[in-house]
Amino acid sequence: MPQNEYIERWQKQHGKRLDHDERVRKRQAREGHKQSKDAQNLRGLRAKLYQQQRHKEKIQMRKRIKAQEEKNVKSSAPDEPSKTPLPQYLLDRSQATNAKALSSAIKDKRNEKAAKFAVPLPKVKGISEEEMFKVVNTGKKTHKKSWKRMITKPTFVGSDFTRRPVKYERFIRPMGLRYKKANVTHPELGVTVQLPILSVKKNPQNPLYTQLGVLTKGTIVEVNVSELGLVTTSGKVVWGKWAQITNNPDLDGTVNAVLLV
Amino acid sequence: MATLLPPPTKRQKTEAAERARQQQEIQSIPENLGSVRVQFFDQATGSATGPAVSVPVADASVKNLETLLNTLQGNEEDERVPYRFTYQSDGKDKDNQTIDILSDLYHSLLKPGLKTTEDTVHLYFTPQAVFRVKAVSRCSASIAGHGEAILATSFSPVNSSTMVTGSGDSTARVWDCNTGTPLHTLKGHTSWVLAVSFSPNGAMIATGSMDNTVRVWDAKKGTPLGAPMKGHAKWITSLAWEPYHLQQPGRPRLASASKDSTVRIWDVVSKRIDIVLTGHKGSVTCVRWGGTGNIYTSSHDKTIKVWNAQNGTLVQTLSAHVHRVNHLALSTDFVLRTAYHDHTGQVPQADSEKVAVAKKRFEQAATINNKIVEKLVSASDDFTMYLWEPGNSSKPISRMLGHQKEVNHVTFSPDMAYIASAGFDNHVKLWNARDGKFITTLRGHVGAVYQCCFSADSRLLVSSSKDTTLKVWNVRTGKLSEDLPGHKDEVFAVDWSPDGQKVASGGKDKAVRIWRH
Repeated sequence: MPQNEYIERWQKQHGKRLDHDERVRKRQAREGHKQSKDAQNLRGLRAKLYQQQRHKEKIQMRKRIKAQEEKNVKSSAPDEPSKTPLPQYLLDRSQATNAKALSSAIKDKRNEKAAKFAVPLPKVKGISEEEMFKVVNTGKKTHKKSWKRMITKPTFVGSDFTRRPVKYERFIRPMGLRYKKANVTHPELGVTVQLPILSVKKNPQNPLYTQLGVLTKGTIVEVNVSELGLVTTSGKVVWGKWAQITNNPDLDGTVNAVLLV
Repeated sequence: MATLLPPPTKRQKTEAAERARQQQEIQSIPENLGSVRVQFFDQATGSATGPAVSVPVADASVKNLETLLNTLQGNEEDERVPYRFTYQSDGKDKDNQTIDILSDLYHSLLKPGLKTTEDTVHLYFTPQAVFRVKAVSRCSASIAGHGEAILATSFSPVNSSTMVTGSGDSTARVWDCNTGTPLHTLKGHTSWVLAVSFSPNGAMIATGSMDNTVRVWDAKKGTPLGAPMKGHAKWITSLAWEPYHLQQPGRPRLASASKDSTVRIWDVVSKRIDIVLTGHKGSVTCVRWGGTGNIYTSSHDKTIKVWNAQNGTLVQTLSAHVHRVNHLALSTDFVLRTAYHDHTGQVPQADSEKVAVAKKRFEQAATINNKIVEKLVSASDDFTMYLWEPGNSSKPISRMLGHQKEVNHVTFSPDMAYIASAGFDNHVKLWNARDGKFITTLRGHVGAVYQCCFSADSRLLVSSSKDTTLKVWNVRTGKLSEDLPGHKDEVFAVDWSPDGQKVASGGKDKAVRIWRH
């Protein structure tokens, strides 16, 4: 049980108070009175915060009322089943337009030439080699020369990787810090999908980190988008697309990324 | 470091050698089989042509049989006609079967043991198109103009220079395909134009729209012919003109199918409703007007209905599908669409002559064994198609299984030998139009296939897909002939001009593209 759900737990065990519904109804009925009292009597910062919040609520309320009014208006024109024109044979079908929307949004974006080389995170904080690598000095020879390094950050390791013999292994990428999947968000649509990582394209810190597949904030990775069903103009299925990591995977324990479109 | 494959094992090598040997053997015909007697019959009339001829088995290829038949019929060198041969077993056999002669007599008949060299082989011949359509390979024009997605397209039956498209910007546009320029903009509808159709004589264009009206336009001038035809309560899904040879002089009619589950037959000149066909319980998806005076409609209520076009009575209800029926195709679609326009481009002068030519072309195309046969194929959401012969029986000839998703579009080849079906499972499938047997699957699209269209000589097929490409397929080999990328988004509509010169396509990227060889 999550820690904060003690009320639900108690209610499951013992049931609700007999007058629970009545009390809820009364509380809701008095909501207006309470709001009015707060609005009149709060002072200082609390009053300011309260009015700000109330302002936002009122905007939402007006919007909803307006939408409702627009919905009730009767027009003579027949309503079209969707915004985008569709041929006759697609009209009465419920379609999975999700991936499709992705694809068209990407195409629209491509037309904006300026956005071509921009990435969501243009600058990141540097990570020193001391922070990235831990010196491994087990064994007599290694201890003397201290040439072996353990990577302390999450990494991506390709599926076909096999470790070198101990004598030759300069960098150790710990199993527990390896990631295969990233939660990739499409920036315009706000859709998030978990996709397999294919490779690390660029780590802004250091070319060596790129080679080692270190996943830090700002790293560009290639993700497998084949299940989204995107196609190029020549009709081939797109399956690799680039994404930039937006969180600190070493702090969060997951890899979140945003698709570069 | 690149991975080196290990050398093939001995078993692999022997298998490869075995396979190569077998493939070698397929090519050859034994020399020592002597000759076989062949009697030719006309498929259309069923009458024998010439005497039975003795042909050496080693030389009995389709090419040589064609030459022989042309000689028997006394055709001159310059008017030789390509033929397709089929073998039909005699009535006394129990299993009455029909076999296409693909390359030669030996592999089609003698080797499977259907006939021996002692017998007389009865071969039925059907003439193939004397002209050859070349596969379109390049985009000759990409014309912007429409403000929204293009939903329907149709070529003029007269020639490939005029084409009309209907779009989501509530206009239809007529294009000059030779120069790649717009001719006319047909403005008037207030919502998407969902269906466009040229009249069989090419003089009028009918458009059906989301705003529940049908409009008729002058194809030459691009002006509306009278007011919109109102009557439907929901949008128009499909349009069909009355075949030219059935039209009363000066009074052509038009059938429009609608989402409101009715089909209305309009008198185009007086703009009045002639007949309303009510009976379907769901949206009518497709309407076809047959050359024998029947109207075929398919609907979301799982049935196909056959109506008499004269008085609007229900002739037949064909129910076998278990889900909505999406599309219908008639075996005579092509010849009805083009009426008196044939590949020579010669148009008769007088109206009576035109009707006579249209009638003759229809009868020539539809006659099998001295009987006018109009076949119907229906595609459905239940992943199957049915082949019907509505004049004969209300039971289907065959059920065509194979698609793994909804079948959206189905079409007959102009020579009525093939059926092509396009499904949402990314495949186009080819079927034998005589008995509905599966021939092959055309794989290549990576998105749902929306429409397909045969070339006029039935040797090529073009398909349009959600994956933004058009693909041209060779029907005989079942191979991809041309891949036509270029559209930037889904391709909703495609049409091959009746003279085979051009292909027009349009889709979500709002540009009309014209493709040619």
